[in-house]
Order: sequence, then C-alpha cells, then structure tokens
Amino acid sequence: MTDMTKVPQGIAQVNKKNKIGHDRVFPVVNTLILILLMIITLYPVINTVAYSFNDGTDALRGNIGLWPRVFSMKAYESILSDNAVYQAAWISASKTVITTLLNLFWTSMLAFALSRREYVLRKFITTVMVLTMYVNAGLIPNYLLISRTLSLSKSYWVYIIPTMFSCFNMIVIRTYIGGLPDALVESARIDGAGDIRVFWQIIFPLCMPVLATVALFVAVGSWNSWFDTHLYNAGKKNLHSLQYLLKMKLATTQASANAAKSSAEALASTTQTTPVTIRCAITVISTVPILIVYPFLQKYFVTGMALGSVKG
Amino acid sequence: MSIVRNAQGKEIRARNKGFFRTLFSQWQLMVMSVPMLLYVLLFNYGPMWGWVTAFQDYKPKLGMLGSKFVGLKNFEWLFTRQDFINSIRNTLAMSIINLVFGTVSSILLAILLNEVRNRGFKRTVQTVTYLPHFLSMVIVVGMAQNIFSSNGAVNAMLLNLGLVREPVFFLGEGKYFWWLVGVINVWKEVGWNTIIYISAMTAIDPCLYEAASIDGAGRFNKIMHVTLPGIRSTFVILLIMNIGHLMEAGFEIQYLLGSSVVMDWSQTIDVFVLQYGISKQQYGVATAAGMFKSIVAIILLVSANAISRRLGEDTLI
Repeated sequence: MTDMTKVPQGIAQVNKKNKIGHDRVFPVVNTLILILLMIITLYPVINTVAYSFNDGTDALRGNIGLWPRVFSMKAYESILSDNAVYQAAWISASKTVITTLLNLFWTSMLAFALSRREYVLRKFITTVMVLTMYVNAGLIPNYLLISRTLSLSKSYWVYIIPTMFSCFNMIVIRTYIGGLPDALVESARIDGAGDIRVFWQIIFPLCMPVLATVALFVAVGSWNSWFDTHLYNAGKKNLHSLQYLLKMKLATTQASANAAKSSAEALASTTQTTPVTIRCAITVISTVPILIVYPFLQKYFVTGMALGSVKG
Repeated sequence: MSIVRNAQGKEIRARNKGFFRTLFSQWQLMVMSVPMLLYVLLFNYGPMWGWVTAFQDYKPKLGMLGSKFVGLKNFEWLFTRQDFINSIRNTLAMSIINLVFGTVSSILLAILLNEVRNRGFKRTVQTVTYLPHFLSMVIVVGMAQNIFSSNGAVNAMLLNLGLVREPVFFLGEGKYFWWLVGVINVWKEVGWNTIIYISAMTAIDPCLYEAASIDGAGRFNKIMHVTLPGIRSTFVILLIMNIGHLMEAGFEIQYLLGSSVVMDWSQTIDVFVLQYGISKQQYGVATAAGMFKSIVAIILLVSANAISRRLGEDTLI
C-alpha cells in the first residue's frame, strides 16, 4: 500500500518537468503497480494451492512459495476418503441452492410490489425494511429468538429460514425494476392482467441481469457462512457445513502457528499428512465452485453494486 | 401526485372512496409484500424485545417474563470490566484503521484503474482484485496464517531484504494485531470497494476533462481537479455510512485470527458479546453490551449525518 501512496507525488514531479515524457512514463508505472497488486492478491491463493499439494511433514518447515516443494496428493486422498467432508459438502451445496432460490422468489416479488407507486402500503413497508439496515437487535437477542423462541437450533432449517431476506438486495432489484419503462406494466394491466401475473410474466423475465447479481451475493454468503453452524448446529455432526469443517481445522492448526518456536517439536510428532496441508486442500475444494461461477457474473454484479449503492 | 399520475381511472375512484377500498383492490400487491413484512417484523424487529434482558438478571429457565429486573446493573458491571473497556478500544481502533486504510486504498486503486486505457488489462485487474471479496473469512484467515507465520512468505521476504534478523511473530504478539487486521481487510476488500468509486467516476462528464486539457491541465491536475471532486459526494455518503458502522469492526476475523495470547488486542465488542453470551451464558450482560454498541452506532450515524448537513455536504437521511 505504501507504494501506491507515492504514486501521485511521482506523477506530479514528472508532470512539472515534462508533459510529453509523463504521458509515456505514467502508463508504464501504472501498469507495473497494478501488476504488483495482482501478484499480491494472487500470491496467498496460489500459495495455499501449493501447500495443498505438498507433502504434509515437509509443509511444516514452511517457506513454500508458489510451487509444492515435495509433491504429494496425500491431503486430497485423505479428504476424499472422509465421509464427513462429503456430508458437509452436501449440506453446504443444498443450503446454498435453497437459500438462493427462496431469496430470489421473495425478494424480487417484494421489490416489484414496492416499485409500484400506486401501492398504498409502499411507504410504510419500505421504511420498515430500510430501517433494518441500520438497527440491529444484536447477537444475543437474535440467538434467543432463533434457538429458544423458535427452536430452530439443531436443525437444517436454521440455515434456511433466518436468511431468506436481505434489504440491500431488495433495494438493488427495486432500483432495477424502477428503471424499466412504466408502459410495460400499464399496458399489461389494461389488457386485464393482475399484478401477480404482470410480475411473473413480464417483469421477472426482464430482471435476469439483476437477479444474477443478487443470486451471486446470496449464494456466496450462504456458501461462506460458518457462524450459523458454530452457533446453532455445532453439536450435530451431520449438519456441519464445509466452512465450519474448515473453521475447526483452522482452530487445530492455529495452536502450531502461534507456538511457532516449537516447530521442531511439532515436526517430530506429526504423521504423514498434517492439518496444514489438509486445511489448504479443503480450502481449495471449497473455493473452486466460487472461482468457476464468479467471473461469468462479473459484468452483472458491477452494475448491481452501483445500483444498490445509489439508493442504499 | 404520483398516485394520480400513475394509477388507472379505476384506482383513482377507489382512492376517493377510502384507504381500505384501495388496499382491498391492491390485494395482489399485498400478497406479494405482506409475507416479507411479517417475516421482517419477526426476525428483525422481534429480537428487539430481547433488549429487555439487558435490564434483567436473565435466567434461561425463567425466561424473559420470569427473570428479575435489576435496572442498569448490567451496564454498571460492564464498565467495571477491563476486558470490556479493552474491547471498546480495540473495536474503535480496528474500525478506524479499516476505514482509513480501506478508503484511501480503494480511492487510489479506482484512480489508477480509471487511468488504464487498455480495456482487457483493466478487466483482468478487476477480476483478480474482486476475487478475495468472495472468499470466506475462514479461508482468508487460513491464508494469513500461512503468509504471516514465522516461516511464511512475509518473514522470508523481510529476512531476505535484511529488514529483520529474527522472524517476526506477527500472529503471536498483540501489538501487531490491529495492523494485521487492517492489512488483511484491505487485501480482501480493496478491489470490491473500487466498484462504487469507479461507477462514480464514469458518471463524470467527459467535457470536464476536455476543458481541463484545453486549459493545460496534465494528468495529475485532472485527477486532482476533475476526478476527485467528481467522486466527492460518493465519498461523503460512504463516510457517513462507515461512521455509522464504526462500532462494527467485524468479529469473524478477530474471532478466527485471535488467540488467548493476543486477546487484549483482538477482542472486539462482538467477540465479547459472543464470549459472555454464548460461552458463559451471561445473557443479560452480553445483551447490554450489544445494546450499548447499537445505541452508540445510531448516535454516530445521526451526528455524522448532521455534521455533513451543517457543512453543506450530501446526507444519508
């Protein structure tokens, strides 16, 4: 980051001296800085991949860069023979799909209703919704509601029911619908279609770009969440999500990272595959789905973010 | 006004007949919106009743109705605790570091990206720098442990450059914790946070740049006098929102990256709430801590908004 702060000064100096020279120098410097930034961004990711393909005992010596030092597939073999990982992957994948679909269904319908100016409850409902972005009851009251009042803990439903709605996403979709021509709705209404039909047959199909954005936000949020498992389902092994599994591996490797001085001891007492390589391998497995999906949706979510922030 | 302009004749008549008549005629819109209204009332407003426990000696067995009221005792107890005072300090320190680092780095990156003429390269940089936003905090903390461990990449680099003689224990010493969190957050979010600034920059009228060129402004002057003023209102709005979130330094990263060794520096209010509320089951105290946080957050948001209005800038509310 310190490199970046120096840039404007550098430009200023060149600028004063020679305008033509500066126009040639700046793009080069800029490109170099951005390439450096990409390296800094990607290094930890590739480093993790390298760790995951490294031999477990050797990995404890650390200092693995972008390529495994002693190549080994042991970590992957041990994960792929572990039924807990399959179960967790199934939980993660299914809750992601269900949460995403439910979110799209409810959020887009609500967004449509709140985009109709003639709707008499529009102001009231919008205010109630928007306030939730700024006022939050807090962790403990939420916990008491979900686990005690509603008895949702130790069940699969705790992944689905409390995460069905997000005001931010609703505003993103509503802003998008607001940008569609009013005539679309009005002409359909004149032809005798009710609001529900107008929405499903005319507006919903037109919202695909913004729905792709919201689907990505919701899916990534659901896929990446571990805290709900930690809070409500820690005791139910068959309901653990992939990220929670990873979180538990993190806790076991953390001790060795903090007590790094005793790495010689740790080295002596380990078996072939150590948690570090296993943790990295699970990381890779749980990241691949996101890596596959997200570049295709990039052009959508950039617009979506801009839309949401205007009104949000 | 808008009702008359947009609605059809049928609805204007219905409107004259009264609110409930109109409401009834809009039953389809109600079907689409009222379920989520009830949902939000239950899941977002319902828990606010739980704030009652902040004034109680809450016993799970007795519940909210049966527990004894103790007035402000929970709050008084909180402020006698050194670890609560520490967690306020840590929360504010880390969120200010995040705010300053995060804002400066994302504006700088947005400016640099805005100057890139090659669209393919710009898109590549964006794709790469957005990526960490989509990684879970568990994964990011795992990566940070590899990179910052005593035999990780950062220490290897520092040793090779001769900046340190012994490996630095970034993860094991409290004094590094805040800065580590700042660096990790910038790494994770800098690309993502540029989206909004870049979209503000594309909204700047190109004529302004042309006029500046004619007046002899170079690239740096154009950035200073066209680009930066162009993103000013975005900056102010985001600043107000972020000030409203100053009490939220996040808890995932502190919870996952922290350890008992660095707890004095890593514990935020949220982690405190989690520890006392869930692990120690002291619900009353933990709710009081959470409530304190919410109230301060609202005060911060409203005052930032008021100051901004006083200064003639944009406001959020």
